[in-house]
Amino acid sequence: MIDAYSILWSDLAALKRRWPRYILTTLISPILYLVAFGWGLGRGINLNGSSYLEFVIPGIIALTAMTTSFNGAGTRLNVDRLYFKSFDECLMAPVGLSSLLLGKALIGVVRGVLSSLAFLAVALLIAPHIHITLAFLLGLLLCCLTFAFLGVLAALLARSHEDMATFGSLILMPMTFLGGTFFSLSQVPFGLKMALYALPLTHASLFLRAAALDQPLPWVSFLVLLAFFAAFLGGGMMALKRMSV
Amino acid sequence: MSNMIEISGLNKEYSGKRVVDGLDLCVPEGELFGFLGPNGAGKTTTIRILTTLTKPTSGSVLINGIDVARDAGKVKKEFGVVQQHLSLNRDLTIAENLELHARLHHIPSAERRKRIADLLDYVDLSDHAGHLIDNVSGGMKRRAMIARALIHRPKLLFLDEPTVGLDAQTRRRVWDLIRRMNSEGATVFLTTHYIEEAEALCKRVGVIHHGRLIALGSPLELRQRLGMVAVEIQENGTTYRYFPDRSSATSFIQDLPNTERVIMRQSNLEDVFIELTGQKVMGD
Repeated sequence: MIDAYSILWSDLAALKRRWPRYILTTLISPILYLVAFGWGLGRGINLNGSSYLEFVIPGIIALTAMTTSFNGAGTRLNVDRLYFKSFDECLMAPVGLSSLLLGKALIGVVRGVLSSLAFLAVALLIAPHIHITLAFLLGLLLCCLTFAFLGVLAALLARSHEDMATFGSLILMPMTFLGGTFFSLSQVPFGLKMALYALPLTHASLFLRAAALDQPLPWVSFLVLLAFFAAFLGGGMMALKRMSV
Repeated sequence: MSNMIEISGLNKEYSGKRVVDGLDLCVPEGELFGFLGPNGAGKTTTIRILTTLTKPTSGSVLINGIDVARDAGKVKKEFGVVQQHLSLNRDLTIAENLELHARLHHIPSAERRKRIADLLDYVDLSDHAGHLIDNVSGGMKRRAMIARALIHRPKLLFLDEPTVGLDAQTRRRVWDLIRRMNSEGATVFLTTHYIEEAEALCKRVGVIHHGRLIALGSPLELRQRLGMVAVEIQENGTTYRYFPDRSSATSFIQDLPNTERVIMRQSNLEDVFIELTGQKVMGD
């Protein structure tokens, strides 16, 4: 556990040096989504009694948490492993594999939480009715954990920087738009709906939205997200075991 | 004296191709050992196996009596590594890189600070502790890597091409550092492309070729086996001939029809290396 913190410590030291720039860049795309979909497209639309703006904000938070956690852990590890080769140094240190895996994922969680909260602060100015409850924060944390471990898993399996980019366009990009973020799943045909329920981001959006709008919490979605988290954690552990002695 | 490294019957195959082929090698405690071989001979694979980064196909490696494949966690405390490529974390400063390594080796925080300051002083980097890696010269990066490898006071140091890409002054400085570490008790396992580096530093060298150890001995012994005197005949490319002493070399030269472009000189380890790993293999 202390080893995981040591690894996080080094990533935090790097982040500390440029956090204002990090927060700024990380805010750009969710704010663009908010402006384009929330204000531009969705003005005047009413969904189940709440404005589209209030509907879309939790979705944007979920997708922000997803992208920043994934990239925060995955892209860093990919670069460390394949380009800087500094990951080898961690592998040669007397550190358990589980600590190594956790340490590398934690920076993704930190970055994901930071970005999501920064966007949330902006969103609250526009839509003050959003409820920030314990359940909301819990869902956000789980969402960040899940995608940070997915990032680590992808980075451990990737053979090049392009592999990571491919993974991003093939898996993350469609999920960004389809994972219950911008529209309600109740409006889509049955077959597509089933497919979308197979995506982890869908469950993150559903849970965060229900919490933010003070609706009954879909705990099943929370459990599904937990299962994805466990699967990515297990996959990462297996990939790391295969790679080391 | 006991052995710091004991390699026996080591094999490594990558998709059917043998990269390391039945390697047997012992390095006694306190030795400065040079591991030489042309590109692709299996040096880096061997080092990766010794440092727990790669699993051997068969055979065993003991470091300070600990089995590398079976007890990887324990063996990692025994050695320090300076890798061939730059493996510093470039988002961190020199001091932070050392601190990360010290933390991963569980050095308590009070001792940590002192140790980092001492080591920065040792490799003459105290003035650059707060610099980011990308903002310092190649020689400083290399010295920072050496300092990092020493943090946990390892008994064994792996130096994989420690002076690659350094200018002559910096290289000599790194050489002095290597000698100093060795004289202070560390066993050093060095690989290098610069044969004169091995000749200048190493008590004993091993030459690996196509994954097999083809020569082992002190630089002087290997030279004696080849011949202490070299004659270069520069005619349609250069031909090299080796003789046990000057008188036999001189009589050879006197019999040559044309001695205009003939050079007689002391042989060196590089001659041995080229003869061994070129087409001809000496001694058989």
